[in-house]
Amino acid sequence: MTNPTPISLTVNGESVSAQVLPRLNLADFLREHLGLTGTHVGCEHGVCGACTVRVNGDIVRACLLLAVQAEDASVETIEGLSDSGEISDLQAAFQNRNALQCGYCTPGMLMAAQDILTHEPQADREQIREHLSGNYCRCTGYHAIVDAVEATARARSGQAR
Amino acid sequence: MNDSSEKQSGLSVLDRPNSYIGKTVPRPNLGRLMQGRGQYVSDMVLPRMAHVVFLRSPYAHARILKIDATEAKAMPGVIAVVTGAELAKVITPWVGVLSHLKGLKSAPQHAIATDRACWQGEAVAAIVATGRALAEDAAELVSVDYEELVPVTDMRTALDPETPVIHPELGDNLAFERNLDAGAVDQAFKDSDEVVEAKFVFGRHTGVTLEPRAVLADWNSGEERLTVYLGTQAPHMVQNIAAMHLGLDEAQVRVVCKDVGGSFGIKVHIYADEMATLALSKLLRRPVKFVADRVESFNTDIHARDHVCKARIGVSKNGTINAFEIDDVTGIGPYSMYPRTSAIEANQVINLVGGPYTTQNYRARTRVVFQNKNVTCQYRGVGHPIACSITEGLVDLAAQRIGMDPIEIRRRNLIRDDAYPCGSPSGLKFEALSHHASLDKLIAMMNYDALRAEQAELRKRGIYRGIGIASFIEVTNPSAAFYGVGGARISSQDGVAVRLDATGRVICQTSITEQGQGSESLTAQIVGSVLGVSMGRVRVILGDTDNTPYGGGTWASRGAGIGGEAALQAAKVLRKNILDVAAAILQAKPHDLDIIDNAVVDVQGGQQRIELHELARVVYFRPDTLPPGFQPELMATRHFVPREYPFAFTNGIQASWLEVDTQAGFIKLLKHWVVEDCGTIINPQLVDEQIRGGVVQGLGAALYEHCIYDERGQLTNANMADYLVPMSGEMPDIDVGHIVSPTLDGELGAKGAGEAGTAAAAAAVTNAVNDALSPFNVTVTEIPLTPRVILTALGRI
Ligand code: FES
Ligand code: FES
Repeated sequence: MTNPTPISLTVNGESVSAQVLPRLNLADFLREHLGLTGTHVGCEHGVCGACTVRVNGDIVRACLLLAVQAEDASVETIEGLSDSGEISDLQAAFQNRNALQCGYCTPGMLMAAQDILTHEPQADREQIREHLSGNYCRCTGYHAIVDAVEATARARSGQAR
Repeated sequence: MNDSSEKQSGLSVLDRPNSYIGKTVPRPNLGRLMQGRGQYVSDMVLPRMAHVVFLRSPYAHARILKIDATEAKAMPGVIAVVTGAELAKVITPWVGVLSHLKGLKSAPQHAIATDRACWQGEAVAAIVATGRALAEDAAELVSVDYEELVPVTDMRTALDPETPVIHPELGDNLAFERNLDAGAVDQAFKDSDEVVEAKFVFGRHTGVTLEPRAVLADWNSGEERLTVYLGTQAPHMVQNIAAMHLGLDEAQVRVVCKDVGGSFGIKVHIYADEMATLALSKLLRRPVKFVADRVESFNTDIHARDHVCKARIGVSKNGTINAFEIDDVTGIGPYSMYPRTSAIEANQVINLVGGPYTTQNYRARTRVVFQNKNVTCQYRGVGHPIACSITEGLVDLAAQRIGMDPIEIRRRNLIRDDAYPCGSPSGLKFEALSHHASLDKLIAMMNYDALRAEQAELRKRGIYRGIGIASFIEVTNPSAAFYGVGGARISSQDGVAVRLDATGRVICQTSITEQGQGSESLTAQIVGSVLGVSMGRVRVILGDTDNTPYGGGTWASRGAGIGGEAALQAAKVLRKNILDVAAAILQAKPHDLDIIDNAVVDVQGGQQRIELHELARVVYFRPDTLPPGFQPELMATRHFVPREYPFAFTNGIQASWLEVDTQAGFIKLLKHWVVEDCGTIINPQLVDEQIRGGVVQGLGAALYEHCIYDERGQLTNANMADYLVPMSGEMPDIDVGHIVSPTLDGELGAKGAGEAGTAAAAAAVTNAVNDALSPFNVTVTEIPLTPRVILTALGRI
């Protein structure tokens, strides 16, 4: 139980191999082993959404997943989404709308927002609010975040047409 | 003289071409945070860094008989297990009192409890190891023998003779009492047609910053210096206190504050576990990091509110409010928090009740009592939500009693907009408020009459919607009257240094701090506007006691008003200095020159004469070409503190539109409006978002948030699944409008806006709920307004 286990996975497109304790969660693995501190930890029990990352294309709470469960998986973090430019328009909308204050919720919020923008590009305000309801933000009161996501949805669907 | 160019062009120092004042410009530091490249304390790692985990008392009140750490100490990776008594050799205890709060008393508090734990969650030992998980494993091996003591948990009986006294040396459980009697209260009640009474109950809640408290302390024995990385709102205050209790000179302590994952007043205090971390670093001569987990946050981050207040209002049939009277009690935990004390909130309640209204008849009492629960202290809004809920609740009850519309009774009693300057019965001084203009604007924004019609229509169909209105005042820009006069070394002034660097860019160091409000942005906006330099060329440095002027920091809605004014004054001096240099280079008169778009130009005609980067090149690399004896000064520093008024009061009004499910007891928020007056608006978007964020914190308190203790002093919901906070799905859109009455205490005219949202949100919601429930003839005056509270009021459970 306490012996390190080898794991191999892809993180932001890079192959990673490591020896980890079976009890290590994915959030701590990303932060402490890989220095990817953009994945934040707010509650460590799956409630706040600050640790949201993408595993094989789905958003998950990295604090609820063990690193060993990510064996062979493709993990994407805020650093990866930022560097690839995938969410640059969403980030610009967050900036223009001041949709972040302290920024601690922001990486997780962007992950969740990109998820609904991808899967429900026509989502309205109510649906956006619903989808982001697993991500706690203490600073903004959410209004600006919803505005920024809505603006991105409109802009993307405008481009798609 | 240096203002002559502005006078000639008829523009004030802020109202210049390309001014950023009053404009929505994006904050400069967001890219970092959005890309996950911020640096919060919890992200930081230093060489040889150890992690500390605290073993905490499971009891609300217990004597510590024996601590056995033998087994834990033997674990590989464990560096030390330190008890309170051992740590007390390195760090002295403190007492959280202020001399201007007469009679306030408290007991000495240690960084780690020495012989007795006084609340569930107080640290009794520190376990330091090479990793956090390892330290947690070791903590489980430390055994503590406790003798459980009787806990004092009910504030209403804390002063009864049969209740044990928590600190026997203090004589009783009364930390502080204040009484006030102004005007002719008894006569005013006698003269009233109606006197309405109510008991208001405010649950305990807390800040729930998304990043828990975290500190990294690095004692370098080679330098004999302690560097403290801490997400704090007041770096210089921490520097002073850390030095004082660790037996160091202030110069030996540096406090660095990088990105902060939310604060709201939670991170402006001196926490015992953080002080213990500092002491451990000194003791163990290596960096030590503490990051609270969420359970620890709930058990040890300051709580707030927890008031029970009996109150009454006297009103005449014509709507005139004749008097307010309150009798308030609050439980603050076993110690008064250090150094700002736990009596400030109650004191504020007394100061603020009735504040928006004309009546001068006011009697108040508050009693602040000790109890064996976590400590309470200043959290966003400090006293305002309580005072506002009491005042506005009473005003609505009075209106209802005499059959008057809530808008109408406010119109008849709010202080007139042309009545300033004036004062309140509790001694507050108001420079310029705008209650009536705000009310008018609110009514227009929300379309009050149409909403009333809609409400009536829906009620016929058994849908119960309510409108709640709440006027408020807010204390901002505090002078030394808050803490300094009470003997605390908490600066009320702030300083800003501005310099033009060798490439014509501007570097600005300020003593205010950033926790997401936009301190960097507003500083850059002001400095850029005054200097005529683009914002993108202004870099702001803050949060480092080694590298900023001395000052208070960011709390009590003071950053923009005080730090902003210091930035304005510093930039004015630098501007004059730049024009002096330009005049020397160009053989012109300084007052014939101006700076626009990063270049010196002629006032007449606007022709560009020399770009700032060229001017800087001459100053730094070819000073030999300047006239003999002329010494350029391309750096300027100014400090500011308001002197005319002890506080700059702001005002505003909020409205809530909601629906109550009378079967299930749930409340659905439909819309919220705010009109507020923070004087000069530096960045409208930042102000609006401060308001919105503040409102939602107030809504959380109104509907969900509650630290629920059982009778044994156990916090029963110390996790985020059980302690409910507002999430996006339940929150309404929030419309914000403004009235602008600048303060003349300073040139900028800005007052604070950070707490206005929190001040009145719960009052507006509670009034709206009562409005919705008016057909049932019930009144609720308790928050959070949980389904249980609603259904109990309706007699359904
Ligand atoms: S840290 Fe994972 S959900 Fe909060
Ligand atoms: S911006 Fe601070 S928690 Fe969302």
